Order: sequence, then C-alpha cells, then structure tokens
Amino acid sequence: MTTAETSAADGAAPVNDTAPARNRPPRWWRLLGRDRAAAAGAVVLTLVVLVALFGRLFIGDHAQRQDLDASLRPPSLSDGVYGLLGTDVLGRSVLARLVDAAATTLSVAVPAVLCSLVIGSALGLWAGYHGGRRESLAMRVADIILSFPSLLIAVVVLYVFSPSALNIVLILTVARIPVYLRTSRAEAAELRSRLFVDAARTFGTPSRHIIHRHILPIALPTLLTVATLDFCFVMLTESSLSFLGIGIQPPDVSWGLMVAQGRQYLQTAWWITVLPGLAIVLTTVSATLLAAWARIATDPAQRWRLTLPRKRRGASAAVPPEMIP
Amino acid sequence: MTTTSAPALDVEGLCVDLSTPSGTVRAVDGVSFSVRHGRTLALLGESGCGKSMTALSVVGLLDPTASVTGGAVRVRGKDTLRLSPAERRKLAGPVLSIVFQDALTALNPVQPVGRQIGEPFRIHRGLSRRQAEEKAIELMTRVGIPEPRQRAKSYPHQFSGGMRQRLLIAMAVALDPDVLIADEPTTALDVTVQAQIMRLLRDLQDERDMAVVLITHDLAVVAQRADDVVVMYAGTVVEQGTVHDVFTSPRHPYTRGLLDSVPEDAERGRPLPAVPGSPPELSAVPPGCVFQARCPLVRERCVRERPSLRSAGDGRSAACHFSEELDRA
Amino acid sequence: MPESRATTATPGPRAEGTDGPPPLLEVRGVTKSFGSGRRRLTALDGVDIQLGRGQTLGLVGESGCGKSTLARVLLGLERPDAGTVRYDGVDPFALRGKELLNWRRRVQMVFQDPYASLNARMSAADLIGEPWRTHRDVVPDAKAREKRIRELLSLVGLRESDAHRYPNEFSGGQRQRIGIARALALDPDLIVCDEPVSALDLSVQAQVLNVLSELQSRLGVAYVFISHDLSVVRYLSDRVTVMYLGKVIEHGETEDVFERPQHPYTAALMAAAPVLDTSRATHDQEIQLKGEIPSPFDIPSGCRFRTRCRRAEDRCATEAPPAVVRESKGAGDAHTALCHFPLEARSAWA
Repeated sequence: MTTAETSAADGAAPVNDTAPARNRPPRWWRLLGRDRAAAAGAVVLTLVVLVALFGRLFIGDHAQRQDLDASLRPPSLSDGVYGLLGTDVLGRSVLARLVDAAATTLSVAVPAVLCSLVIGSALGLWAGYHGGRRESLAMRVADIILSFPSLLIAVVVLYVFSPSALNIVLILTVARIPVYLRTSRAEAAELRSRLFVDAARTFGTPSRHIIHRHILPIALPTLLTVATLDFCFVMLTESSLSFLGIGIQPPDVSWGLMVAQGRQYLQTAWWITVLPGLAIVLTTVSATLLAAWARIATDPAQRWRLTLPRKRRGASAAVPPEMIP
Repeated sequence: MTTTSAPALDVEGLCVDLSTPSGTVRAVDGVSFSVRHGRTLALLGESGCGKSMTALSVVGLLDPTASVTGGAVRVRGKDTLRLSPAERRKLAGPVLSIVFQDALTALNPVQPVGRQIGEPFRIHRGLSRRQAEEKAIELMTRVGIPEPRQRAKSYPHQFSGGMRQRLLIAMAVALDPDVLIADEPTTALDVTVQAQIMRLLRDLQDERDMAVVLITHDLAVVAQRADDVVVMYAGTVVEQGTVHDVFTSPRHPYTRGLLDSVPEDAERGRPLPAVPGSPPELSAVPPGCVFQARCPLVRERCVRERPSLRSAGDGRSAACHFSEELDRA
Repeated sequence: MPESRATTATPGPRAEGTDGPPPLLEVRGVTKSFGSGRRRLTALDGVDIQLGRGQTLGLVGESGCGKSTLARVLLGLERPDAGTVRYDGVDPFALRGKELLNWRRRVQMVFQDPYASLNARMSAADLIGEPWRTHRDVVPDAKAREKRIRELLSLVGLRESDAHRYPNEFSGGQRQRIGIARALALDPDLIVCDEPVSALDLSVQAQVLNVLSELQSRLGVAYVFISHDLSVVRYLSDRVTVMYLGKVIEHGETEDVFERPQHPYTAALMAAAPVLDTSRATHDQEIQLKGEIPSPFDIPSGCRFRTRCRRAEDRCATEAPPAVVRESKGAGDAHTALCHFPLEARSAWA
C-alpha cells in the first residue's frame, strides 16, 4: 500500500468536520466584544490616551489659572465646565489640572514601564534560557538593585542631577528592571525544558531564535500583566518623588503630584486628592483587565473561553483543553 | 467467591452533559451496566469516549462543567444521584471508592502518607489520630509497602510511582468498599510494576469480595483482568458481554477494529489493519450510528437510524444493525 | 541449539570488518552522568549501538533505563562524558558552525507527547516549516515551501486544508502526524522516535505505526525506535536492544530476542506485558519481578539486575556479568546478553 492510499483511506473518513467554522481565529475586536470588562477597559484607556495627547489643546491655561476667590469649591454643575470637578486651594480647575496631568503622568509612566519591561525581559529571558553562569550573573544584578531602597537612590540621583522628566524615567526604569528580570527568568527557565524547545534545538535553531519564537510569545502575556500592575506602582512612585519636591516640578503637574498636594486638604476638600487617585486606579484597572483579556485572546488553546457564556468561564478552567472535544 | 443476587453497583441509562466551546454536548449517553460482588467489569474505550466521565458521575466527582442529566446509579438499593451531598459523602469510602491514575496529584504533597491513609477512619469511624495511624500502617503492610512504620512518616514524593499507586489503593480499600472504581490505575507505570499492581488489586478483591469497575484503554489489561467488558464509543455503549465472548467473537465492528489493530501477532512490514480516522467530536456526533464514519460495514440504514443495544445471545449485546455479518467477515 | 560462549566483549553489535563504508550510526561505550558526588546519577554506562541505513533499531526498557538520555545524545542535545558517536564515521560533537548545522539535518526526532512537543501558538504549516527557518537553503522560496508543506501533509495522511489549523484543533494522532511531518521536513537519514505512539489511543496508534513503516519503505529513513511496548517494537524493528539502568543488557535480531531471550530481565519484561489472550491459564505463570527498578543514584554492584532477579546468586553481587554471545538463528547480528546465568533457548517461558 502506498502512502497516497493511506491518506486516501483517512480522507474517506474525515475526522474533524466541524473544523471550517473554527478554521480562522476570530477577529480580535469580536473577542474583545465578548469580554465586557475588557471592552470597558479598552474604552477607558483609549479615552485616557486621547486626553493625554490632545487635552492640552482644549484647556488652554485653565490648569494654571488661579482664582483665589474660587478656592476649594466642591464639584458642582453650576460653575461651568471647569468647575465640574471643583477647584483646588488656589482656585485652579481640578478638571483642567487632571487633563494637563494626564499628559505628564503618561509621558513619565509609559516610557518607564516600557523601558524596564523591554530591558528586564530581554535580560531575564536570556539568563533563564541559558541558565548556569549567565543566570547567576543576571540574578545577582537584580538582587543588588532590589537591595537598595529605590526611593533612596532616586532621592540621591535626582538631588545631584536636575529633577527632569527624563531623569525620573531613567531612575524608575532601573528600579523596576528586577521585577521583569525575575519574572521572565523564571518563565524562560521553565519553558526551556519544554519538549517543543527541545524539538527546535534538534533542528539546530539558534538560541536567540528559540527565545524569540518559542519563549517570548508564551512569557509575554505574563510580563504584560506584571507591567500593567507596575504601571500603578510607577505612577505612585513618581508621586512620592513629586511630593518630596524632586519629581515633577510645578507648574507642571501629574496625577501623583495632585494626590500629594491635595493630601493636606483631605478632610475639607476630598475631590483634590480622590479624583486624581481615581484616575490612577481607573487607568491601572483598565490596563489590567485588558492584559488579562490579551492573555487569553493570544492563546489559540484558550481563545474559545471568550466565546463561552460568562458564568461558566471560571469553572471551565478546571477542564484540561484536551478533555474538551 | 460469594455472589449475591443483587448487583453491588447498578448504573442505568446514565446521561452526562458537558459544556464546551461549541455549546452543550452529551458526553455520556444512556450508559447502563451492573457489577456483582467479586466480579470485575471493564469500561473499555479510547480517550474522550466518556468512560472516565461515567466513573466520576458514579462517585459524584464530576467537574462543574459537566452535569448528570438522567439515569440512576444504585448502590445498596439507593440511587446515589438522588441523595443529598451529605448523604452521598457517607457512601464515599464504605460503599464506593475510587483509585485514580495519577497517584502523585491524588495524594496531598504536604502531609505524611500515614495520616492521609488513616483519614477515612477518622472521618467515617471517628477513630483518634493514633488509632487511625495504626490502621494505616496495617493497610500499608497489606499493600506491600516495605517498613510501613517508618514509611508512614514519609511524604508522597518520597515514594516511587508503583509505591504511590499502592498507597492510593490502600486508601481506597480502607473502609472495605462494596465497589472499587479503578480509573486507569496502571497507565502511568512500567509493565513489570503494572503486573504487580494488577496482582495486588486482584488479591484485595478476592479477599474482600469487592466489585471492581476497571476503567482502561488497554485491551490486554482487560483480557487478563476483567470478567465482563463494556465497550464505549463516543459516549455510548457499543458492545457488552463477558470478556471471553467479546474478545473471541466481537459483535461490533469497532471492537473488532480495536482487536485487529493490536500489533501483537502482526507480521513485520505489513500494514496493521487500523481503524481509519478518529472518533467524532462530541459536538458532531452524527444522528445515526456513532461509528458510521469509520465503519467498514456502513450502509444507508446506519446513517438514518441509530442502532440500539440489542441482545446478541448469551447475555451479551451489541449496538450494530449488522452485527451478524461480523462472524462471516 | 546455537553454541554459547562467554567473551569479554559487551553486548551490542560487533564491529564488522574494517573495510566497507561505516554504518549510518555507530555508538561505542557512551557514558553519561548527571550531578556529582553522592548525587551522581548514571544515566548511560558504556552503551554500544549500531544502525544501518533504512533499518530500525528497537530500544526497550523501563523508565529510568537511560533510553531517553540516549536519544538526547543521539540528537546532540547532550554531550556524552565518554565514548564516541559516529554518523557515517563523523563525530557530530566535533562539528562547528555550518557543518554542525548540516549534520542536524540528518537526524531528527519524533517526541512522545504530541501535546507538549508542538508549540500551541503556531499553525500546522508554521510547525512543519519551522526547521526551514534555520535551514534556509532547503526550500528557498515561499511558493516551494507551501508546496512542500502540502506534500508533507499528504505524506503523513493529513489534508492540505489542515495547514492553517492550530494544534488544539487536532486529535492526538493527528498531532503526532504533524510531529512526523516536521521531522521529515529536512529529509533526514535517521529519525529517533521516542515512544511516538504511547500517548495515542489504540485505534490511532495503528495508523501512526503504519505511517512510520510506510515512510521507511518509501524514503529509506532509518529509525531508532524507543518504546516500552514490546508488541510495537516487535512489529517495527529489525534489531532490538534491551536496556536496564543505563546499560545494554541484551541485543540481537528481533526474532532471536523475542523468541529466545537470554537475559532474565528480557524474559520478565515479556512475561509482564499483558497479552490479548483471554484464557486465564496464563495468569498464574506470570514471572513477577520483585520490587521496582533501583535508583540510578545507587546502582547495585556486580550485575545491576540482581536485586530483582530470580536466578541471582552470590556471584552476581561481586562480579560484573560476562557477555554471552549466541549465533543468530537467521543471518544478522549475533545475539548477546550480559548475564552469569543466561536462559537456555527453550526455558524462557518456563
């Protein structure tokens, strides 16, 4: 019998005839629509980014314009657009300041998170995949960075150099590298013993290609989840620095700085602190929801979960994918 | 071997539904069988045929995505499917118990094994920790663990695969169950160890007059170990009878195909008579005969009408419209 | 009865005359251990094997016998501590750069677990074509690649439309076919099959075995076929090598080993493997082995099988067993075993 006949015999009894419907992975926006929480997160994030990019065009100098007569006004509908969210102690519009701060905050937090993510992950994947001396070296570096109180270094460095946005980004990047380094090292060390990595090695695939093709795509969702959580941390650290006077310098303003500045009025004027705090939380939560969604949506074996009715999704995680026909 | 007239376990028309990506599917469809004390019944089938699902619904350990939608499971005259969870828990151990395939995940990794094996005695008989531990050591001796007194303080990972399986068996037979369900008990083990475990199970069964339900995909294990066999395919029973009858003259083309594809006596270089294709997805089980897509005897009637399980003489039955033709084939 | 004689040689194929081309694969005295000091695990201890083009060598043994480590050495994934590996007389561990890459093409592997060995995020076409991303000159342009993928898919009995589906959409047997197609992508001389069907259902297992033997007769590829399932090994192999705790304890032509095993371990393995015979008479004659395979951290002195052997005597604990060599019934490799008290030709099943 020839192989052609073997395959013909197999063809005569088609095995997976439900296949065509599942042949193409569903469009990502359709998957996003299935997960309402993630969709809401996506909407919020889009809004935040749009505000950060274009908000300043609309608010003019409202973020800086002082009006001592209008000091500490609570949020109300009767004071026009800029009074919607109340005013701070100098009578500046909280709404305008939130919009202005969005740009500053994101321009610090996003580059800081991205840089530490890229550098930390690259080092960690490399170290974890190769193991041995390279791994110990990378881990010692991470330990050293972690063993210094990062705020202390920040204070020293920013005191010596000028507290510019670029320096803040640099400091935050270095301080957060160990987080990604450790996570990605652990993932890579686990993945390097997987059979498909062995399979790739039997073809003679160079290490950097194995890392890029087999390890990174699987580790990435985890790293992105860590990054979104870290986003929150970075914003808060930046606010601590601003609070100490070595972070964002007034008249620039960031959400963290707003929280810090409003703290003394918390008893009397909650909106000055709570609203920027809320902005930080909303942004972070949205990013986290989106990361959780992306984690499932990028995995072909998990993607179908998003098509399930919501209430069952949690429970079905207990069923191994191969049990599900 | 005493054989009481009432079966130790009687499953009738069991149906289990499963939620999957493509909607709700029927994973077990009208499965019936019964086992008497001292007998061994094998549930034979390939992965996804519903044999494990059947076993798990009998002991009430189904995953939340699956639910029993019909049928009855009778032990000691009670239908366990109609019992409250608390009443059901009372049966787990003294009446029904199960041995799992993967002994490493079935044992708690952070508790000494002696305490785990003694657990059933503390729950069901209210023994003290010390008394339970004594019982556990007795059981460990019985299942052939060397130096049981010292080993009772060890943790699961300190045992070899075969020894862990013995521990699981000890736990399962602790309360002298009427029915022992063994879900692929030796699949993960080496052949020489497999033979030892199978011998142990048989000795325990003879000693305690248990009914054993052996779930397996291994034809040879069924041939050597079981009295009766239920062959399952795509959630349904396609053939049942004594092992000797079914294996010497199968009445369903699927059973026949399985038996033929064992390379045991195959001549080198000649293709094995394989069953083409693979089982249907549960979401796409055809309306007619479940085996039609792979069957050499298939004809128009099979597509139209699902064959029911009908008697094929001598207490055996098969679900095939044309089972008579298999004798001639 | 063929004459038996004791020699100092280890079992395994005897080196044939110095003339003639070297065999496709020749392994001599390969030793590999992991760890050090008291935690030293000896995975391979002086293993010899040999394989000609287009032939199949069955490698049998229980878990921990070193067969998977041997497979990794054959693929160059582990470097042996001692001993030599030669492909057509060439030592792959001495190769570098482009030569090493060229050698890689000639040896491929089919893995046991068709779930874990395929990256779930790649489609069937990507998986099968993955080797070409490293070996770019094999199939130069995209069009030829697509055509070759279609060919490979049909060669292993899959449909062309399967190319764009992901592993989770395939059954176990189909995944294993993808694994085989991937191993074929570089047109290798040798495929090491590590338990390729043991994770598959029986009815599907036969299909995959058929694909493997079909490919051998069409493409002339050689197999090292690792399995614990004796019936599968017997069906596929020309010669059989039995390993126990890192050592080859018996080797010979398939029929010789299965019909007239010399080593008590081989006989016990065969007796322990359940057979499809429903007549219960066979039951009580099972040769039950005592206990389980000893820890590879602490290998017994003398004969390493003695702790479980029914025939063991004092001598087995002190002296390493000699190689017993018997002529093959047919033509081919001599039938050798490492044992002080080998089984006689007829007593194996007694």
